[in-house]
Amino acid sequence: MTIEANDPAMAIATEKPASLRPGLEWIARRAEPMVIGLAAILIGLAIFSLFILAVGKSPATLFQLMYTGGFGSWFSVQNSLSRAAPLLLTALCVALPARLGLVIIGGEGAVVLGGVAAAAMALPLAGTAPVFLSLVLMAIAAMVAGGIWIGLAGFLRHYRGVNETISSLLLSYIAIALMNQFVEGPLRDPASLNKPSTKPLPAEYMLGNIPGMDVHWGLVVGALACIISWVLIEATSYGFAARIAGGNVRAAQIQGLAVGKLIVGFTALAGSFAGLAGMIEVAAVQGSANASLAAGYGYTGILVAFLARHNPLAIIPVAILLGGIDASGGLIQRRMGLPDATVLVLQGTLFIVILFCETFYGRFKIFNPDLWKRSR
Amino acid sequence: MEEAAIGIWGVPLAIFAGAIRVSTPFIFVSLGETITERSGRINLGLEGTLVFGAMTAYAVAVITGSPTLGVLAAIVAGAIFGLIHGWICKFPKVNDIAIGIAMMQFGLGLAFFLGKSFIQPVAPKLPSISLGGWANSPQIQAALNINVLFFLGAALALFLFWGFKNTRIGLILRVVGDSTDAARAMGIDPDRVRLLATAAGGALAAIGGAYLSLYYPGSWNEGISSGQGLMAVALVIFARWNPIGCFLAALLFGGAGALGPALQSVGVTQGYYLFYAAPYVLTLIILIATSSPTRSLAGAPGALSLTK
Repeated sequence: MTIEANDPAMAIATEKPASLRPGLEWIARRAEPMVIGLAAILIGLAIFSLFILAVGKSPATLFQLMYTGGFGSWFSVQNSLSRAAPLLLTALCVALPARLGLVIIGGEGAVVLGGVAAAAMALPLAGTAPVFLSLVLMAIAAMVAGGIWIGLAGFLRHYRGVNETISSLLLSYIAIALMNQFVEGPLRDPASLNKPSTKPLPAEYMLGNIPGMDVHWGLVVGALACIISWVLIEATSYGFAARIAGGNVRAAQIQGLAVGKLIVGFTALAGSFAGLAGMIEVAAVQGSANASLAAGYGYTGILVAFLARHNPLAIIPVAILLGGIDASGGLIQRRMGLPDATVLVLQGTLFIVILFCETFYGRFKIFNPDLWKRSR
Repeated sequence: MEEAAIGIWGVPLAIFAGAIRVSTPFIFVSLGETITERSGRINLGLEGTLVFGAMTAYAVAVITGSPTLGVLAAIVAGAIFGLIHGWICKFPKVNDIAIGIAMMQFGLGLAFFLGKSFIQPVAPKLPSISLGGWANSPQIQAALNINVLFFLGAALALFLFWGFKNTRIGLILRVVGDSTDAARAMGIDPDRVRLLATAAGGALAAIGGAYLSLYYPGSWNEGISSGQGLMAVALVIFARWNPIGCFLAALLFGGAGALGPALQSVGVTQGYYLFYAAPYVLTLIILIATSSPTRSLAGAPGALSLTK
């Protein structure tokens, strides 16, 4: 006998006993980031509205267009989801090392190198290997390239004491130069004249769309990566060890944790996710590796990760939201005559206000769980 | 005769000239960042300040016809950016590195937004001083055509070096940077010192931006800075928070940046794009060589979050 999902007997069986049901203290603990985060977004939008008023445009029209362009129709929702796909992966590149207290901002370099590695892997395979095998090999090549790149920043941090923020950024610029060298040099397709690229992937080697949608499989890959990362952080001893090491390196070392391996492992995993974003960009959007790989996904990913407070599950909605804002940029430009940088100003404003609001955590008594403890 | 004789000597000459031309923004941003970091705070947002300064200087120079007014406007704009960064960072639990990244994005966005209409017009350029009158070769004359801001930057480096050591303000800045508690015990308000130091850093970074848009390359567009503002942060570490070190390091960076175009001009085109990476590789190698996992960097301000 099969049990149907909406079987009422099952619903009752899975419901927790009354004594374990979340109480007010549980709500208070979880309400804090929600309320502060939401308030920060509203304040950010208010400041941005003042800016739009100052340049003589209507914020109401702008927000309405932003909604229409991002989420107003099935078409725009699909567009937003497509743009969210790489952001999921580049945000993980920031969020995972953040667990160890590292600020990595060089995800862009891993994206670019991942894309080049995937294209370089695809060229000899095209036409000879089965499609699925090629895609898997491309993904592996991209992940290895991205993983080495960001892992290097982690390695230098732990074993040489080099600040990871600066080194990852320098590595990112070096990666872009490497990409230009490959794309203009050994990997260049002679047929690409104005915009140097590698040879295009054969159509059947492209990563297709999710059935029934105009959104490529990258979205699923990104969401899966977020879920896997969440499990890694919340439910494994590695995630727990990372949190200890992030809190206090000395304490972690005294506990006998292999902090060096943790740091290199987490940064390499983070980089491999960003590399995967590059592979998806090549195999699902561009069809070849070229300068468009450096489109700023690595930098928007930083914003997504901070907005999500480095929680991999929260990255999913935040990436979709920012994908939507990104997608609406064109509409705002056409309808209101505002520059495409409007979206950048909004993102910068939100970013600053949200980081600023970190200062309010723990300030409000109402969110203190002890206040709401039941006297049982 | 002289023109023919220059031949292969064109490469070192081009690197020398390039070093002077390319290094000026690095000098200003790194000196500004040195002031900020000496007070114990780091501002990664200087990239945004630099680009916003470039836009402001260009726009004001186009409107008023005076490049000097453009530079002054950039200084004001940069100081405002620094004040915002400094004010936000004084609150507890606010991460100054993350705020820097956010300010960078905000500055870039605002500069691209407001600067959209200034991509076409041509602004008057900053004057330069010609030191090459003695030479017959036009290459040498061109190489010795040096912008006033370069000399100003060099003078500023010397002045700051002297000022950190010998003035009361320099001492206050160093005390605040080394220990917040010691500063409080002396009756100094560390937040105010850091606020002013961050504003000064922003103002100097904006001068670097003004140089970019008003002298070399001398036009405003969205790709005007290729990370100079961020590299300057690495440069400060390399220079060990020493203003004269910043000046010399900026020259080294400028020279590394000029290597690719110089080699290309004599026909070396192999690996052209890799030469673009030369300054970044150089910085990374120097950082690796001079860092240590066991001790904090020599000369680093004690309260600086970057080196903790």
